[in-house]
Amino acid sequence: MQALIALVAGLVFGIGLLLSGMANPGKVVGFLDLAGNWDPSLALVMAGAIGAALPAFTLAKARRQCWAGCDVALPTATRIDAPLVLGSLAFGVGWGLAGYCPGPALVSLTMGSMSAVVFVVAMIAGMAIHAWLTRPRA
Amino acid sequence: MNIAWDAFTPWSSLAGGVLIGLSAALLILGSGRVAGISGIVGGLLRPGGPDTTWRLAFLGGLLAAPLLWRLFAALPEAQPVAGGGLLVVAGLLVGIGTRYGSGCTSGHGVCGLSRLSPRSLAATLAFMGAGFATVYVVRHLLGA
Repeated sequence: MQALIALVAGLVFGIGLLLSGMANPGKVVGFLDLAGNWDPSLALVMAGAIGAALPAFTLAKARRQCWAGCDVALPTATRIDAPLVLGSLAFGVGWGLAGYCPGPALVSLTMGSMSAVVFVVAMIAGMAIHAWLTRPRA
Repeated sequence: MNIAWDAFTPWSSLAGGVLIGLSAALLILGSGRVAGISGIVGGLLRPGGPDTTWRLAFLGGLLAAPLLWRLFAALPEAQPVAGGGLLVVAGLLVGIGTRYGSGCTSGHGVCGLSRLSPRSLAATLAFMGAGFATVYVVRHLLGA
């Protein structure tokens, strides 16, 4: 049941990315280009997403159990530390260079984009490097 | 600043955003998990990591979206902005950065801000700021 709900959520997420314009790197960079011809569209993606998700997260904070019977796993970290800030800065640089963040890059794979394939292979390699560097040591 | 009115797509972007938010709402209330794409993928890269099944199911749905879309309409256009080596550098930065930063546009930007997390606000300001700065440097200082 948890997996079935996740499958539907993934599908809706992907349709949302396609409809919103997030799966178009040119449009993403048009939003990040404040000094050029600025396309404000993606600010509305954020506004729509937060508007729809905020009530659900408010509810979720008060719940122990999800509809599928599992636990509700909300993040517990609260510290604003160096890995958070430096990692996010590095992510932002990569996002600005290619116009892909992780979700749209994955969706672009099945849109038949070779650029997305190259990007996703490099992105997963980057994640694997992190997993290796932070592996639990005996 | 000059607003690109011809490229501005307020309604489809707002509607797409609402779908993304509803997906995150469904996942947290239905499956008890945060719809953070980098976390979902990254969690699969740890041997014996938790929650493999729902992660794969979510990613399956995500990858199926363009295939379903294509049954009803032409896929939206996608203009690439980088090629070759730059894509590799960008992908590595996004992969390493989102894992050290514990999230990306979805996990921090949508879910984190929706649960009013100051930590996610800090991350979102950092990656948005870096994104704005990078595009400024590439387009206006280097003139690419």
